[in-house]
Amino acid sequence: MNVWLAIVLTAAGCYAVKLAGLLVPAGALERPLVRRLAGLLPVALLAALTAQQTFGAGQQVVLDARAAGLAAAGIALLLRAPFLLVVGAAVAVTAGVRALGG
Amino acid sequence: MAAGAGGAAEPAGRPRGRVVRDALGVGVAVGLSGFAFGVTAAGSGVSALQACVLSLFVFTGASQFALVGALAAGGNPFTAAAGAFFLGTRNAFYGLRLSQLLALPRAVRPLAAHWVIDETAAVALAQPDRRSARLGFTVTGLTLYVLWNLTTLLGVLGAEAIGDTAAWGLDAAGPAVFLALLAPMLRTGTERAVAVLAVVLGLGLLPVLPAGLPVLAAALAAPAILWLKGRRK
Repeated sequence: MNVWLAIVLTAAGCYAVKLAGLLVPAGALERPLVRRLAGLLPVALLAALTAQQTFGAGQQVVLDARAAGLAAAGIALLLRAPFLLVVGAAVAVTAGVRALGG
Repeated sequence: MAAGAGGAAEPAGRPRGRVVRDALGVGVAVGLSGFAFGVTAAGSGVSALQACVLSLFVFTGASQFALVGALAAGGNPFTAAAGAFFLGTRNAFYGLRLSQLLALPRAVRPLAAHWVIDETAAVALAQPDRRSARLGFTVTGLTLYVLWNLTTLLGVLGAEAIGDTAAWGLDAAGPAVFLALLAPMLRTGTERAVAVLAVVLGLGLLPVLPAGLPVLAAALAAPAILWLKGRRK
């Protein structure tokens, strides 16, 4: 039940902001500070989510095979690999480290 | 807006074939990553139906990953949805740019709105004229929507068939997707400072705050860095 509630809230909220952008008169969201903040919010959220899903286990911070996988993804990104290859590298390296008992 | 834009008064614009090819390239590459979402959703304990409903009705990847991640971490539905919502707010800014560029009829806007995401905005905004922008937006949106939903379903079913997604390293797909989305945003020192502070807040608060809240608290890194920058000037 809780999961469905979260899904409905997210779907409604995400659709509302998409539609708002198309309907709002230009200028309302054009203030420099608002634009700046809107550009930086995703940076903060994505960075925090990346870190949590790599180093988080419940309420603890741990270092395990996922960190090696993320490092592989980082290297793939530096080498300008396509999106799917970046994800594939992370998955393969994580599985490999776990298979080796890491 | 000048009446000539997109009409006969304009030079030929870009060849339709090239616009379609660019749009298909983006749509297919990103659309296939719905597989990673399906797998991550299944690993987070979300049902196949729930994962598919998310892809059909939320259709903005980062928000979907954030939601299932927060639910898996035990976050309550409101904080989980709030994090996903804040990630989706950037789409409002794409819509603002696109509404001028595409000049869609009012009746079409509620439908087009669902497709306003990073990739459709990127393709449409890269076009030199309105006709190409409309074509690029439509082809990218349609390809991505169809593939994203199909691959979500395949990913969930595949993950359920595999069983333990962790043994296959599939729990690393989510963070890798976030990193791939984040990397191109880290252009200036300000963005990097925000990212570093957000990581510190997100991990530092993990043991002390209830699940879901540390990510929301980490969002404060954005106004905090802007405020610090403003003071230094």
